[in-house]
Amino acid sequence: MKGRHVLSVLVENRFGELARVVGLFAGRGFNIDALAVNVTTDPAYSKIVLTTRGSDAIVEQIVKQLRKLVRVKKVVEMTDDRYIERELCVVTVQAGGPNARQELERVVSLTGSRVIAYSQTAFTVEATATSQEIDQFLELLRPLGIRDMVRSAPIAIARPSTDSAAESAPPLGGVA
Amino acid sequence: MSSARAPVLVEQPKSEPVPAPAPVAPAEPMRGARILLECLLKEGADTIFGYPGGAILHVYDELAKMKGQIRHVLVRHEQGAVHAAEGFARSTGKVGVAIANAYMDSTPIVVISGQVATNLIGNDAFQEADVVGITRPCTKYNYLVRDVNELATIVKEAFYLARSGRPGPVLIDLPKDVSAHTCVFSYPSRVDLPSYKPSTRGHPMQVRRAVELMSKTEKAVLYVGGGVVASNGNDELLALAERLNMPVTPTLMGLGCFPSGHKLCLGMLGMHGTYTANMSMAKADLIVSIGARFDDRVTGKLDSFAKQAMIVHVDVDPASVNKNVKVDVPIVGDAKTVLRQMIDVLPNEPAPARDGWWKTLHDWQEHYPLSYRQKAQAIMPQALMQALTKVTKGEAVCATDVGQHQMWAAQYYPVKHGRSWLTSGGLGTMGYGLPAAMGAAVANPDRTVMLITGDGSFQMTLQELATCVAENLNLKVVIMNNGCLGMVRQWQELFYSRRYSEVGMRYFPDFVKLAEAYGAKGLRATKPEELLSVLEEGFATPGVVVMDVIVSEEENVYPMIPAGAAHYEIVMEPEADKEPPEPRDLA
Repeated sequence: MKGRHVLSVLVENRFGELARVVGLFAGRGFNIDALAVNVTTDPAYSKIVLTTRGSDAIVEQIVKQLRKLVRVKKVVEMTDDRYIERELCVVTVQAGGPNARQELERVVSLTGSRVIAYSQTAFTVEATATSQEIDQFLELLRPLGIRDMVRSAPIAIARPSTDSAAESAPPLGGVA
Repeated sequence: MSSARAPVLVEQPKSEPVPAPAPVAPAEPMRGARILLECLLKEGADTIFGYPGGAILHVYDELAKMKGQIRHVLVRHEQGAVHAAEGFARSTGKVGVAIANAYMDSTPIVVISGQVATNLIGNDAFQEADVVGITRPCTKYNYLVRDVNELATIVKEAFYLARSGRPGPVLIDLPKDVSAHTCVFSYPSRVDLPSYKPSTRGHPMQVRRAVELMSKTEKAVLYVGGGVVASNGNDELLALAERLNMPVTPTLMGLGCFPSGHKLCLGMLGMHGTYTANMSMAKADLIVSIGARFDDRVTGKLDSFAKQAMIVHVDVDPASVNKNVKVDVPIVGDAKTVLRQMIDVLPNEPAPARDGWWKTLHDWQEHYPLSYRQKAQAIMPQALMQALTKVTKGEAVCATDVGQHQMWAAQYYPVKHGRSWLTSGGLGTMGYGLPAAMGAAVANPDRTVMLITGDGSFQMTLQELATCVAENLNLKVVIMNNGCLGMVRQWQELFYSRRYSEVGMRYFPDFVKLAEAYGAKGLRATKPEELLSVLEEGFATPGVVVMDVIVSEEENVYPMIPAGAAHYEIVMEPEADKEPPEPRDLA
């Protein structure tokens, strides 16, 4: 059983720590499908959100090994629907003729994406959504002809809780 | 020639830290090299195993000025330095062990490596290697020092990390220019590691559950490992086992944490453990593991492991719990602390009798003891271990290398005390023995320190004989010489249809002459009737003595649980007139 797992790793913002985190995956022959890193509201910490595939038991072991790292403060698996995921996709499509432009306009308005650059023959469109929605978005654009495409790693955050105590607690973007 | 000339630093086996001398006024800036050494003294580490080289020269320059305060043992190979630190640490309980080896076997050491100057890093400079990158997977943590102002904090953290939680090796890579830069030295009084909070006390509710199970379950067994040794929990283990009348089986790394001659002791378990110890695991209704990690050499085939048993697992490393087997009562904490917690909540009632269980165990012990047959005119390796027990009265600090001799020593040499058994368990590092024994001999000048090694392992690090002689150590080296790589030969015999491949070495040095060439005493025993007198002479001779004992070549280590087999598939020594067991596929 090789399920998709999204892990959020809160780590001290120091050189070499990212290498320790990804090394745990490489050492087990695991691929990291996607990886996003940036500082948190506290610049002493970074949050790494990574996506991998593997059986629950092996991912559980990796999570334990991650928690054991000296500079890792917290690891959360963010795979279920208590978490919101977002991924950024920027894609350049051909849209030379009027029909193509009309089709592009329809896709853009239907999907809530937006045009961020254009030339006479091509448009660059930006979309933010879940990974699955981005897949579907690209399918809609494919008939027009995709010239170039780039996707960020998905990032994830816990859904806001109605419990006010829980909401006020985390100083570091979800970290107790 | 290696780039990282690495002195290995171990903590001195003293209860009180050595007070730092104050030759320099506090406000005066010091070189990084001096700061490093001052930090070591603050940590009570006044013995260093090391090897000088270009990038670490400033440190060696300062060392020359600190004669009398720090003892430096000049090894003959950097590998020897790391293993020596390991032996030093394991035999004393303070910080020490080899890098990769140290990580698997949880031994606390701090390793300093000299790096090229910071402006050269990344330029493929002479003797530059990405030491921090190379050692990342085999250290608990490592540091590249970029600024001399960070150095004292880093050393403080390194010692704390090495000895706390699940102990392990910590490396500090020190660039040459940083060791030359100066700053005012002040040693931090406490470490600040916000993400590192190892738990030492077990959850009280889980401890109560575990104790209840131990009191109520008839067929229970304590499976104890190196964690008990590491936490100095021997007395607590003995008290708990006696209060509960529970059988105890130690792992290879756990030898010495429970007295081997005690009536509750079933002997070592695992691939070459006793029949009774392994069957007790197969048939128990409750397995209580303390400071052991359900290693594959212990569990055998996981699918058939302890099917009907409830499992309590006490380990300081949360990642070891529920890793290989599903645990019913997980307790994350230090072995000694949790053992104490257990004793504190024991019910005030007599120990359970466990009559039926003990009868079963005693029947197994009677019918399937450790045994071997004397063959022809040869010295049997098991007889060698028994003779060593006699000569040392089992009181020696015993280091081993890796292979058949290691398993026979584990089976037949009864380790009486904690911290008296030094072996490479997790990785099985051949060549560990001599430098580890050397480290132990440095740390324990008043005890008999012996190395039991094999003709293969000994040749991997024998250059350290020179160090042992130079340091006037009192060390007895016993080579169990069967003229081949015995453990590999055993596997090829049993599992590869006796297709022997590269297990005979074709040429051996004369180990007696070799010892003499190094300035040690060399002795040899080839016949059974010579064995005891040679050992007695060797152990009575002060200094470094190498005893080359020629043993039966064809002997195999039994019992044996083939890799990937279950405990109940344990293979005993075949009868004299029978063929060895059928070859089977390796799992």
